[in-house]
Amino acid sequence: MISNLRRRKFTSRVFEILCGTAVVVALIPLAMILFYVIKEGAGSLNPDFFTHMPKPVGETGGGMANAIIGTLIMVGIAALFAVPVGCVCGIHLAEYPGTKFSSVVRFAADVLNGVPSIVIGIFAYGLVVLPVKRFSALAGGVALGMLMIPIIVRTTEELLRLVPGGLREGALALGSTRARAVFGVIVPAALPGILTGILVALARVAGETAPLLFTALNNSFWSTSLTQPMASLTVQIYYYAQSPYDDWHRQAWAGAFLLVMIILALSIAARLAVRRLERMNRT
Amino acid sequence: MRHSADDRRFRIGTGAVAGLVLLLVVGIGFELTRQSMLSIMKFGLKFWTTSTWDPVAGVFGALPFMWGTLYSSILALAVATPIALGIAIFISELSPAILRRPLAYLTELLAAIPSIVYGLWGVFVLVPIVRKFEVAAGARPALGVGMLAGALILAVMIIPFTSSVAREILKNVPSSQREAAYALGATRWEAIKVAIGFGKSGIIGSVMLGFGRALGETVAVTMVIGNSPQVTASLFKPQYTMAAVIANEFTEAADELYLHALIEIGLLLFIITIGVNMLSRLLIWSMRRRVVAPLVAPLAVEEVPA
Repeated sequence: MISNLRRRKFTSRVFEILCGTAVVVALIPLAMILFYVIKEGAGSLNPDFFTHMPKPVGETGGGMANAIIGTLIMVGIAALFAVPVGCVCGIHLAEYPGTKFSSVVRFAADVLNGVPSIVIGIFAYGLVVLPVKRFSALAGGVALGMLMIPIIVRTTEELLRLVPGGLREGALALGSTRARAVFGVIVPAALPGILTGILVALARVAGETAPLLFTALNNSFWSTSLTQPMASLTVQIYYYAQSPYDDWHRQAWAGAFLLVMIILALSIAARLAVRRLERMNRT
Repeated sequence: MRHSADDRRFRIGTGAVAGLVLLLVVGIGFELTRQSMLSIMKFGLKFWTTSTWDPVAGVFGALPFMWGTLYSSILALAVATPIALGIAIFISELSPAILRRPLAYLTELLAAIPSIVYGLWGVFVLVPIVRKFEVAAGARPALGVGMLAGALILAVMIIPFTSSVAREILKNVPSSQREAAYALGATRWEAIKVAIGFGKSGIIGSVMLGFGRALGETVAVTMVIGNSPQVTASLFKPQYTMAAVIANEFTEAADELYLHALIEIGLLLFIITIGVNMLSRLLIWSMRRRVVAPLVAPLAVEEVPA
């Protein structure tokens, strides 16, 4: 009996230690990735990276100015339609959480979130590229926007739900319409959170490569035209990484460093915003 | 009474926008089917059972890509699942309270890193390590790029998805379950097993969520898997995935049939991931409905029909 108990306790201990090991095992690649991105990237990031165009093969130096502006433009296009659609949809889900329609939409948003980004890229290709037979920044932006919508929908909904119910009830008790309660009281209360949520969504799609490969394609020249192919940070890294040139590898790491830093900063900001809302809820 | 008309307009207006999300999902399915008709009509099921991929001759068989996608995803799942569940259990059941948030944050950070950064790291750090391992294991030729590197990188990428959902499921298992187990004299691990048993369907859902992610991952895998279409169980040989062939060949597709063949691969990827995700979400949701007290609508006031 006693030895049986000892055996069970031993088994318990072993599994507890295994679980702890799992955490360490998962943190190793994270640490390695951050380490290499910082080690290889931080040193290569210089003012030229932001202000210069890519140099031809064989010449060292240069930067990714066109790719950076390209990413900004396409993420901008994406935000232009994804933010309003996503937010309004999120508001609807938060305001009418129990209806069958809301459940279906919520389900669709979650499923859409799981659709591979390359598939979204094909869809944008069929929608924007094929009719005019030309790769364009617009197509890239449309692809990124469709990826952004489900993220914004769910973030908005979850943050709105964190707003204390009393605020909403107070507004309605004062005789305001639903729309006024939402836009005058509830959304403002959650606004910092929603804004950071949107920024995180922006950062997430700014890190997307696959849907841009055959929508915006790439461009080795300076271009801000929406109807022309456009370079982006991620696609540029993709091609540089697969090239045999050390200097291009260096540039790729610098780009990766830039991306990771932006994402880290925004995810920390988002956490702080959520915490603030949670505290508001407790008091 | 103007009030309720206003409210109805608000409800229908926002609802119409919300409907766009539904439209998007349906639209993707429709468009992908429409754009792959040539290939579907010409090859039928043979498309998925033959291995000849010859754009010049206009013969397309996508078996190696499907094989590569399934094989790499299943391998990744085998590696990632125990680790992800271990993390979920550690954070929700074993960790000191003060470590909980930081650990959850750090492990989920893995999901925030863009796949291009994984790819870059894979090419310059992981592949050389795998190559060394292959040399030591006597594999010839030891390329480094191949199924093993692809599956490993996928495993790292899907860990955060499974672990965060499984953690939430465990957190929502009523503590009475564990207390009952302890009261019967269970050890800590035995009590955890009871909690896992209670959350089983949700945990299966979390694993499937990771699987769905693995199936569709593109750039990172493309960069390390070697991109050579062959059906082999070898871990060291370069292979190819569905997403990778789309990424690599889409812009080269000169004729319509070629393009349609590639889009058909995308269509199947869409159907599979939609299926896996639906199942996974249903499992997770059914779990949530069971453990969380019925969700109280944030608003008690219901609109009065005019």
